[in-house]
Amino acid sequence: MASPALAPDDVVNAVSIEDAIAYLKSKHPDAVADDEREGYSGVLVQASKLLEVARAIRDDLGFDYLSSATAVDYLGAGDHMEMVYHAYRTSGGGALVFKAQTERDNPEIPSLVSLWRGADFQEREAWDLYGIKFPGHPNLRRILMWEGFHGHPMRKDWREAYYEEEQKPFDNRWPGGHVHRSEEKNVFGKNVTYPQDIDLNRLMDTSESEVYASLGLGVDVERILDKDGFETNELVVNMGPHHPSTHGVFRMLLTVDGETVTSLEPVMGYLHRNHEKIGERNTYLHNIPFTDRLDYISSMGNNHGYVLAVEQLMSLGRKYNPPTYRCEAIRVMMVELSRIVNHLWAIGFWLNDIGAFFTPVLYFIQERERILDFFEAVAGSRMMCNYMRFGGLFADLPERIKSVSNLTNDRVRDYNTMQFLTEMVNERIPRTIDELEQLLTQNEILLERSIGVGILSADDAINYSAAGPLLRGSGVAYDVRRADPYSIYPELDFDVAVEEDGDMYARYRVRVTELRESVRILKQILPRLEATRGESIWADGKPGAYAPRVPFGEAYGRVENGKGELGYYVVSAGGRGGSSNPWRYHVRAPSFINLTPMGLMSAGYKVADIVGILGSIDIVLGETDR
Amino acid sequence: MDLNLQELERTEFPVPAELENNIAITSLSQLYNWGRRNSMWPMLFGLACCAIEMIATASSRFDFSRFGFEVMRATPRQADLMIVSGTVTKKMVVPIVRLYNQMPEPKYVLAMGACASGGGPFKEGYNVVSGIDKYLPVDVYVPGCPPTPQALLFGMIALQRKIDGQSIANGDDVPWYGIGPAEPTPVPVLGPDIIDPRQMDMIRRQAEAAADDMALVGQRELPSGTQLVAAKVETAEAAGAASAAISEDALSFVLPTGGNPWTEAEEIREKRRLRALARKAVRATRRAAEAEEE
Repeated sequence: MASPALAPDDVVNAVSIEDAIAYLKSKHPDAVADDEREGYSGVLVQASKLLEVARAIRDDLGFDYLSSATAVDYLGAGDHMEMVYHAYRTSGGGALVFKAQTERDNPEIPSLVSLWRGADFQEREAWDLYGIKFPGHPNLRRILMWEGFHGHPMRKDWREAYYEEEQKPFDNRWPGGHVHRSEEKNVFGKNVTYPQDIDLNRLMDTSESEVYASLGLGVDVERILDKDGFETNELVVNMGPHHPSTHGVFRMLLTVDGETVTSLEPVMGYLHRNHEKIGERNTYLHNIPFTDRLDYISSMGNNHGYVLAVEQLMSLGRKYNPPTYRCEAIRVMMVELSRIVNHLWAIGFWLNDIGAFFTPVLYFIQERERILDFFEAVAGSRMMCNYMRFGGLFADLPERIKSVSNLTNDRVRDYNTMQFLTEMVNERIPRTIDELEQLLTQNEILLERSIGVGILSADDAINYSAAGPLLRGSGVAYDVRRADPYSIYPELDFDVAVEEDGDMYARYRVRVTELRESVRILKQILPRLEATRGESIWADGKPGAYAPRVPFGEAYGRVENGKGELGYYVVSAGGRGGSSNPWRYHVRAPSFINLTPMGLMSAGYKVADIVGILGSIDIVLGETDR
Repeated sequence: MDLNLQELERTEFPVPAELENNIAITSLSQLYNWGRRNSMWPMLFGLACCAIEMIATASSRFDFSRFGFEVMRATPRQADLMIVSGTVTKKMVVPIVRLYNQMPEPKYVLAMGACASGGGPFKEGYNVVSGIDKYLPVDVYVPGCPPTPQALLFGMIALQRKIDGQSIANGDDVPWYGIGPAEPTPVPVLGPDIIDPRQMDMIRRQAEAAADDMALVGQRELPSGTQLVAAKVETAEAAGAASAAISEDALSFVLPTGGNPWTEAEEIREKRRLRALARKAVRATRRAAEAEEE
């Protein structure tokens, strides 16, 4: 494994992004050029020189963390494919955006896996959905769809079975007084379409055999003889997609030698529900409820990342009012409450995985239910809050919390909102965290199970683009709220939780510390809410436009969500093909990219540790597969 | 419907004095259903967002064990109820059908949420199955995105009511007592797109037609509203004709003993109905007598 660690004098003294770009242009004058399209930033790199330039970005300039790598199809707007990379420094600061273009017919861009292992799954996704080939990629297979699927569905000219129109809102759904359903239009009555050359007599389901082929199985005689006289067979164990400990429909293929795991291959896509394809057809506003369903444990955080990205784009235009202070304070409060829900859930389910089946979870869910009561009273829904809007919020906090759908004996019936919040922040949540720590932090079984298991070193964590508690548990103090601040976080007083050990226990400690830090933030938010009482949540006092006019350009909005860095890469077509729909809507999902080092973290541990390691990463499948 | 012990102890049959309050009389179906409806174990099987609400329904505040959904089992072999909790994708429907085939009879399917019922917000997605009922028979649909725990509980109680209506005497209600193993649901195939083996002939015909006139397979012009209605009427007539054919065949079928299974079942049902009416009348007169005494 190539270590990305740098000697300090290797790093060129180019602090600002502009200096870094100037350095790149002077070093590679033919290969690097400014991206001069309207509203775009960063540099365009010649695909043939991409590897060299990327090495300079990582080693010379110190952008050691590749946050996002994604593809865009510019059909009808230059007719090329583009890979967009966002690289950051783990010491903090903004992104160096670099892009490589290739033609649409036979797209090929050199793989960056040799530099950043974190590009592995993201390049596989680009191959799967866009058909871009990555020479140099060690295992370029489909990742979300199955092997054998026809076409690369995210390309702009690929149409699905239920295709109606290019953009929403669609025309009349009730033509001539008769509702029509997509099933009735399709001859098979299902969401299917087959290529013309389908040969049913030689139909093969290769999806499974391809998955196993990636393990490189086959009897390895040398290895069997090499076991000091013991003839132990290597077995392949399939876990999932139906498995109680995979947190949804995740699947892992392990090869085990006795009880010890020798390799692990994550298999995903079982919840791939085409967020991005649907998102490109939706209007900007349509996408907010869809973001709720990404990381469905912390929907408020998902809303926040998306509205930040679109607000970035809107700020490029002429008429844009930034959110008011009260709006920002409420946003931060909601996001921190979501983080508490997320971490309680994550710790609870991690305990399920290491053997404390469902007892701790029951205690944590009690607290979660109270927070959800609050969400329900404010946003109207328990889980899928759909709360944030561009430049504002769906609604201000109500004076009193009136819960209509709860049980009659519920304590949350008619309650003063600020009193409810004060009690929750000052008493209930700290009490739950104390109880949690008292039961778990020094628990002998928990220590035995988690210390020294699932180790990820700091260098590997950075190189594999790990994010969130997984990164901070490995000793890298990188929290987007501090490293690249947004909203009102700069003025809030909190510490970045970090642990050195890089094992399961370190991640648990990071989560507990973050719970306490979230409470600390909430305590600072409450007086701000009191101070801004009566202030509008909208800049000019009235709700923002439902169809925001978004000018040309690209934006990458990222937030520190419970699971890690959640980023949205949004490209606006401006006048090109309608201004109310994004041209590209990509989600940089922490759950997805955090799985890249799963194989590395699992090798050498016992089968029983694997579910614990997966639980300590804390994935949610809605976000992994999107 | 719950069995009310006080109700059951009042029988029209003579009961010795020392056994009073110890004898309850009911029908076998009722007793059988009472046992089944109150030990309906769901499969521990979550697909998407709805699974989180399903877990919330199972845990501290809502606790569906109170209604007899005692414990969730991770293996299909020990489960009676499959709660399809979330978006069904084409990739996932293959394991879901396999899991369903592994569940022992009697088994039920509850489609939780908009996605499992009909595709929901993700219906147009290229990897999304527009409702699990395209592949499996669904007993209860619960709307919502996601349904609140209360809604899910309501759906589960609706399933219990459905079970209450089933009768052992009716072969259609309890097909698992039929002769021979049940036909498994065909497992879909992941080809160029997902292929339902039940539609293989249709796909072949379409492929041939497409090869003839080079039309795009899987797509056709939207029929106008009038055509749609006509098509529906046609299918309804066809369905009616098909069911008529089946029942005529059934009526001409003769058991080895000489009887006819369908008419016999009818007779049994009729007798049972008369008996129930008689019991009801007896109870009514007895209540009237008691009221008079008071």
